[in-house]
Amino acid sequence: MLEAQVEPYKQLRDNMARRDRGLREKVTTLEAAASFVQDGMKVGLGGSTMSRTPMALIWEVIRQRRKNLSVSRCIISTDGDLLFGSGAADHIVTSWFAQGILWGLSKVLRHGVEADGKHFEEWSHLAMGMRYRAGGMGVPFLPTRVMLGSDIAAIRPEAKQIDCPFTGEKLLLVPALNPDVALIHVQRCDAYGNAQIDGLQFMDIDLALAANRVILTTERIVSNDQIRRAPDQTKIPFFCVDAVVEVPYGSAPHECYGHYEPMLGHMEDYVAQVNADPVNGMRAYLEKYVYGPKSWVDFLALVGLEEVLDASRNGRSIYND
Amino acid sequence: MTDAPSYTANEILAVLSARQLKDGQVVFAGIGTPLLAATLAQRLHCPSLTILFEGGVVGAFVEPGKLPPSTNDQRCAKRSNMVLGSADVLLLMQRGYVDVGFMGGAQIDQFGNLNSSFIGDPQAPKVRLPGTGGGNDIASLTNIIVAIKHQKRRFVEKVDFITSPGFVRGGKSRTESGLLRGGVFRVITELGVFGFGEESGRMKVLALNPGVTREEVQDNTGFTLEFDERLETTAPPTTHELETLRLIDPDRLFTA
Repeated sequence: MLEAQVEPYKQLRDNMARRDRGLREKVTTLEAAASFVQDGMKVGLGGSTMSRTPMALIWEVIRQRRKNLSVSRCIISTDGDLLFGSGAADHIVTSWFAQGILWGLSKVLRHGVEADGKHFEEWSHLAMGMRYRAGGMGVPFLPTRVMLGSDIAAIRPEAKQIDCPFTGEKLLLVPALNPDVALIHVQRCDAYGNAQIDGLQFMDIDLALAANRVILTTERIVSNDQIRRAPDQTKIPFFCVDAVVEVPYGSAPHECYGHYEPMLGHMEDYVAQVNADPVNGMRAYLEKYVYGPKSWVDFLALVGLEEVLDASRNGRSIYND
Repeated sequence: MTDAPSYTANEILAVLSARQLKDGQVVFAGIGTPLLAATLAQRLHCPSLTILFEGGVVGAFVEPGKLPPSTNDQRCAKRSNMVLGSADVLLLMQRGYVDVGFMGGAQIDQFGNLNSSFIGDPQAPKVRLPGTGGGNDIASLTNIIVAIKHQKRRFVEKVDFITSPGFVRGGKSRTESGLLRGGVFRVITELGVFGFGEESGRMKVLALNPGVTREEVQDNTGFTLEFDERLETTAPPTTHELETLRLIDPDRLFTA
């Protein structure tokens, strides 16, 4: 109920008009980029489940002790845990929130919702997609044929059922979602923010178009000439992007297509620790892996070279025959 | 006569689910048993099966021994025909390109409604489950096969919460809700194969798994089951089916 006030079109356009959309270099530090996220904002996360999660940015947002964020993502896992467990977010908008099929339910989610006043606002996966797409199209809603007849629609008064004015068929209208800031991790982009995504793109293009600001982390920054050699690979245009940070392994311990698979040893230990005790286990994890390290490189060192190399070998194997 | 091969509950679930698929179909598969069963069918009787994953994959060809930990991981995309955005692959179902949706669930009721959201009152849940993911989309838009473990606490008269609609409240209530196509047409468990009454939308037993009695199925179900007039007994998994399955999942990721 906290969410889904659709931004009036004039406000959406005024926000856009105020953005500096000129061709300019936007490379900055992780600290400066994460500070675009302020308390109480609506934050959209790119990637899905354990893939291309903007983990370094989330990590830095938590280190900056942000509060009362409303975070949306098509499917959320460890990142949702960390945002709930740290107190950075009290509201998560998604279609699925768990540790993943290998480990099952998230006890952090369960504790948050069942005992700690946190909100998990559930939409179907397609509905999440249509919400970002409506946001990216500059329209207040899109019609769908999902969620009808279900209790998800019953507990989502933000979604409106109508009789189609053309056919009389029942349709569900889902409201546009325009996050204040989108956090997205990509394989490569140039200093202007022209971003190329390899493999699965999930909802990142719609998310980038919908958001009022977009922060990119990237495995590597390449030249604009290199981008221009393969323009068909560019999925997000520079004028959507407000800041660029080069963060190798910026999705760790999750995967980044073609670069590394999830760091499963770390994930196993993480899930065992937080699912055993979602309060103290999470606190200890945050102390050691989020607040403790001096830098993202320091965090990767804690995950361990062996894990990182294993994940990299598996990640690159996608290009093997 | 040779000894019948032994198998786990998850293995017979995967084998019987795979048998439901027909060559040439376009199948939208969730993670776990659905992914495994679709991949198994592709290696057995359905070489031209097209598998879709919600991560955006069209025409998946999962490598044996390299099962993905979710349908959003890079392993799903390797050797596929195409990758799309997640919303666009889901929209293929809304347009009608998909023959069968294939999913699991935590709880199912007599009308084939699935719950993967809440145990207890949604306002003050006893257990907050992970939610729909693409489950509601698949169940709303395609004919679905559900692969689920057969336990009394999972087979209930009425689910606590309809995450993914089956025949809703039975009769015509599904179409009256605005769901004009699709619906649950098979439920596969380690005890049997189930269909739904054409008029009533209520679950009925079509076939018992080898060695399973009517009483055993009823005892593990929280509502009264109808048994089809032509109740069959399913042929047990063959050595070939089990060997192929174990080749696909040698680490027993989804078949332990």
